[in-house]
Amino acid sequence: MSDEGKPAVEMVDIQIDGKWHKVPKGTRMIEACRQAGVEVPHYCYHPKLTSPGNCRMCLVEMGMPARPRPGEDPPQPDEDGHLPISWMPRPVIACANTVAPNMGIRTESDLTHACRQGVMELLLINHPLDCPICDQAGECSLQEFSVEHGNGGSRFREQKVKKPKNVDIGPRIRLDDERCIMCSRCIRFTDEIADDPVLGFTDRGSHTTLTVHPGQQLANNYSLNTVDICPVGALTSNDFRFQMRVWFLKETESLCTSCGRGCNVTIGSREDKVFRMTPRENNDVNSAWMCDQGRLNFHYLASDLRLTDPLIRVDGKHEAATWAEAIRVSSEALGRCQPNEIALIASGRMTNEELFMARRLASVMKTEFVDIVPRNGEADDYLVAADKNPNTTGAKLILGIDEPGKALEEIRKGIAQGRIKALVVLQENLIDDAGFTAEELGKLDFVLHTYPLANPTADAADVVLPGAAFSEKRGSMINVTGRLQRLNRATDGPGQTLETWEIVRDLIQALGGGNGIYLVEDVFKQLAAEVSEFEGLSLSKIGSLGIPLVETGETVPLLAREQERIAKGIIVG
Amino acid sequence: MAIVVKRPKLKWWEQLYLPGIIKGLGITLRHFFKSVGGSGSVTMQYPEEKWNDHLPEHYRGAPALVTDEQDRERCVSCQLCEFICPPRAITIIPEEIPSDDQWAKVEKRPKKFEIDMIRCIYCGLCEEVCPEQAIYLRKDYSITGLTRGEMVHDKEKLYEIGGKRVGLVNKWNELK
Repeated sequence: MSDEGKPAVEMVDIQIDGKWHKVPKGTRMIEACRQAGVEVPHYCYHPKLTSPGNCRMCLVEMGMPARPRPGEDPPQPDEDGHLPISWMPRPVIACANTVAPNMGIRTESDLTHACRQGVMELLLINHPLDCPICDQAGECSLQEFSVEHGNGGSRFREQKVKKPKNVDIGPRIRLDDERCIMCSRCIRFTDEIADDPVLGFTDRGSHTTLTVHPGQQLANNYSLNTVDICPVGALTSNDFRFQMRVWFLKETESLCTSCGRGCNVTIGSREDKVFRMTPRENNDVNSAWMCDQGRLNFHYLASDLRLTDPLIRVDGKHEAATWAEAIRVSSEALGRCQPNEIALIASGRMTNEELFMARRLASVMKTEFVDIVPRNGEADDYLVAADKNPNTTGAKLILGIDEPGKALEEIRKGIAQGRIKALVVLQENLIDDAGFTAEELGKLDFVLHTYPLANPTADAADVVLPGAAFSEKRGSMINVTGRLQRLNRATDGPGQTLETWEIVRDLIQALGGGNGIYLVEDVFKQLAAEVSEFEGLSLSKIGSLGIPLVETGETVPLLAREQERIAKGIIVG
Repeated sequence: MAIVVKRPKLKWWEQLYLPGIIKGLGITLRHFFKSVGGSGSVTMQYPEEKWNDHLPEHYRGAPALVTDEQDRERCVSCQLCEFICPPRAITIIPEEIPSDDQWAKVEKRPKKFEIDMIRCIYCGLCEEVCPEQAIYLRKDYSITGLTRGEMVHDKEKLYEIGGKRVGLVNKWNELK
């Protein structure tokens, strides 16, 4: 195991189900099988956690070359150099044992089948049959392996053990002890990854109960990851509980946009409503985890405050209008301004494509006053980044901003002095998030504002346009470590919502002629032609895991620790 | 290999077909006199006369929700019927049963349960898939309404049609 990570790893020959494979020395048997395309069923094993080997589901038959008896001739290798395998009478667990040269593994023998059947029967003895009300149903390992390896019926005629149900163990988590199969993944996660070891087993034996330490709560910012790794429905999320059965959810690979980390997520949505976000494994960004704060930051998508129609202010009141009308009014107002009388405030929450269109707009409007609103918060020692904008790196690169927020002061000064007469505010709430006042915005001749939600800045704007939120657009962002990643559209925005690049494209078209942009791919193509860092790239080339684009010198604390643990052979990773 | 169909060898009077035609006419005539005489009438005077007493045991009418002998609503809103429903007639919004409720341990119940009877094709898959014996196809066949809205059966209407059903498996009630 300690050989992992070093260059020129020694490869060993192993036989899996009768076929010979080459795997790196020190690979766990279960991982060797996975590499060979054979899935060994397991509950307690998780590549990112230590392997206690307590569920016994991954038992396989193992064999090694026989050692010759004294005086006996050593066995002769066959023409491929493989020695005959002598099978051990007892099975071994595949998750905690590593491969050895000339090892044989049987995952589909009578013995392994009997083992799996036995383990399943024992696990199901005390498991309640409440799949109809269990949120895990549909993505439950116990259900899946019961179908594949179980008996179908139960021979158990006695009373099932009663354990605590519906236990409140933390602000975001509910525990059902009867469903727990004691795999201890959650205990290991809170101990090893989240450094908040509040979970443990008590009453060991047939009454083993998962519980939270007296007086403590499972309340850390990574607690909901335990729900993801729970192979059964013992830990469920209060937020997602009973909201939607998982088989209805459409899964879209996208990004979390709550901070600069850009954790890879899977958005679960049904009929244009987002029901949950779960982390998606990316070993260069977020390993297999994400923070609770980012995970739950999607409820505003279904808020009553969502803007649905373009609004134009007529006699101090906003009235719904068509897109064509709103763009016409905006372009006329902006067209009346002289160069540098307009300021453009974009957002670090916009995609690269949207920022590129903003850059185009700035050059069409001939203004130097371009900035984004900086959002700085606190980083933690795991995944949360100090930069709360998901795409500051992209904004710096595309808009040519060195220090976000620096030009904002100048813009405010310009507004106060009357030099700046119009403001284009894309996807930012200036009054709440950038310290602008309604009086300041009132001084301007014209304010154009796009945003997903109704907000004080929209109240002060002359034209308010519904701009799409993160789950409603396709595009790319660059995270704090300089990795280019892709957002995908999971839902359609409410009403007439458009993506910001579409709004800006129409505006540019109204101000100064056509630009040949119809799809977000066209925007990316032009971006790749104009910004050297993007040269030769396309949206599809980014792939689902992203590509490193620029060097920022930032590191991810959680990933550094993970690498250390992989190097020590504690985890597989 | 070609299949050889063995054809019956017809006698000469059978090949004439006339005896067969006469026999058929006889049967028709017998039925004619029987129905005119009134003893063998098969016409049902619907709607004055209803199907209700004549429906077979396996008849599939409107799907409905049932309660059990303890008046517990059996549906736990697992949404399997919503999933299996071929015309997507069923819409369920689940909710958590409050902790002070008598059946709090069941944890989940439907907040909204609607079956669009314009969409329903009376296939009975919802009844078949239900793991809680909560939805049954009853013998109501005359589902009418003046608007589309009236044709959507809400939870209240579904329990009204379904009524109480006894003798089911009581896995939550500990009556076993």
